[in-house]
Amino acid sequence: MRARIVHIASNTFREAVRDRVLYNLIAFVLLLSGAAILVGQISIEIEKLVVINLGLTAVSLFGVVIAIFIGIGLVSKEIEKRTLYTVLSRPVRRWEFIIGKFFGLAGTLVVNTFFMGIGVFAALFYVSHPFVRADALILVALYFIVLEFLIICSVALLFSSFSSPLLSAVFSFSLFVIGSFAEDLRNFARMAHGISRWLATGAAYLVPNFSAFNVISSIAHEQPVAGQLILQNTLYALFYAIMAMSGAVLIFERRDLK
Amino acid sequence: MSAIEILGLEKTYSVGFWRKRPKRALHPLHFTVEEGEIFGFLGPNGAGKTTTLKLLMGLVFPTSGSARILGREWTDPSVKAQIGFLPEQPYFYDYLTAHELLEYYGQLSGVPAKQRKIRIDQVLQQVGLPDVQGLQLRKFSKGMLQRVGIGQAILHDPKLVFLDEPMSGLDPMGRREVRDLMEELKHEGKTVFFSTHILSDAEALCDRVAIIHKGELRGVGAVEDLTSSVQGKVEVIWQGAQVPAAIKALGAECHVTGDRVRVIIDENRQDAVIDILRRERQRLIAVIPVRTSLEAYFVEKLRRAETTAGSTA
Repeated sequence: MRARIVHIASNTFREAVRDRVLYNLIAFVLLLSGAAILVGQISIEIEKLVVINLGLTAVSLFGVVIAIFIGIGLVSKEIEKRTLYTVLSRPVRRWEFIIGKFFGLAGTLVVNTFFMGIGVFAALFYVSHPFVRADALILVALYFIVLEFLIICSVALLFSSFSSPLLSAVFSFSLFVIGSFAEDLRNFARMAHGISRWLATGAAYLVPNFSAFNVISSIAHEQPVAGQLILQNTLYALFYAIMAMSGAVLIFERRDLK
Repeated sequence: MSAIEILGLEKTYSVGFWRKRPKRALHPLHFTVEEGEIFGFLGPNGAGKTTTLKLLMGLVFPTSGSARILGREWTDPSVKAQIGFLPEQPYFYDYLTAHELLEYYGQLSGVPAKQRKIRIDQVLQQVGLPDVQGLQLRKFSKGMLQRVGIGQAILHDPKLVFLDEPMSGLDPMGRREVRDLMEELKHEGKTVFFSTHILSDAEALCDRVAIIHKGELRGVGAVEDLTSSVQGKVEVIWQGAQVPAAIKALGAECHVTGDRVRVIIDENRQDAVIDILRRERQRLIAVIPVRTSLEAYFVEKLRRAETTAGSTA
């Protein structure tokens, strides 16, 4: 069982690599080198702040785009191209396929984030060296970004298990945008009355709360991140991803592959 | 033990967006396939052949009914280690090479690493692709993809192989090779279940066939039984360029092709034709009883089904 999941995951990773998904790293490096050189020339004293902000935001956005655009096709593309038929006619259970696909995409995003993280540190070193102890906080921000990716992967996979790639992309991206403003939605729910209060509260807790993962600005200002937040975010991301994956498995287990 | 027992498998889909309405793709289906035989599943396009195969593979779920494969429930996961499946017009991960693809499928089928390496080389040889194993599948022709497809279906040495339209899109040479391969599988003791709408392939290969039309089974039987209904006529072939007037006078149906004459005549006039040929000093080549071809049987079955449907309506 575990071996089959690993094989499906590694094939998904290999597909991403061969389809040149990691080429986005070139665009990332170009963007960051250009930004580092530019801010080095035009900003005084705040070069570091700008590079951390820009670098980590780019890591997050590049990753989100990849997570959504690969995630939405993970299942539907396999059905459309009928590659799934030869996989599921083997001793592979449907849930193993879904889990394997998820780990394959998550692995791709972790590798991608690892290289982009190196890029962020390199740009930081260019504008401000040597490194100081507070720079290690960037690792926490990168960790939170990876947790964010796990949620997005699972959500994209959930949508991909029952709808077309286009609709899945729309749903996943909308959820990402709403989730980024989840705190505002919760504040709105607190202020609302009657049925709108119930609806807003329901929506606020249903969408992933990405605002809790965004520590980029505070890290750029060298403010420490509480250990409790790290634990809380880890548990939240795992819980959300497991829930979304369970939904994907439940739907996929019953689906006719026409 | 039968290789496949289909016990009333039935499939009805819901179609339409807002107002769902049922559409029956397969009426309750009952037949068995014996171990070691090549079984042809025949029917025109859209008859329900692929739906049946998808049901047996667990890709779609039946509305009712069940099946047994190799003596076990068809949903039993352990069954899948012993079956191979080639879908219609297969498409594989085109970023992989043929070797990598077979490696991946071997892993999923649980073939041990050492054995996998040997099997991949054997299978690539068997399907005639040993020289292109390092080439990505996106550079493969349709025929080559079909061979890879057959390769992946037999890689784990299954007891039962399902092939959905294995000859479709292949050139005459390719079709011949697939036929040889299927016969080879039979000699190895495997059961082959294949769907096709090319009747000559079925007639040449199958021990038994089932005919399906509009989701309903129209007939099952040994090819010989279905085609052996002698129509009381014989075909006489001899070397020559023209038909003697005496034979024409017997009411024969005559065909002249090159230096060969072929006449079809009532069985009871066979001796008279042979006597005339002796007298005329013609070289007799063959006297063959006329049998109903599988195609004629098939067309007749479909025509009857259409007539019944028309009269019911």
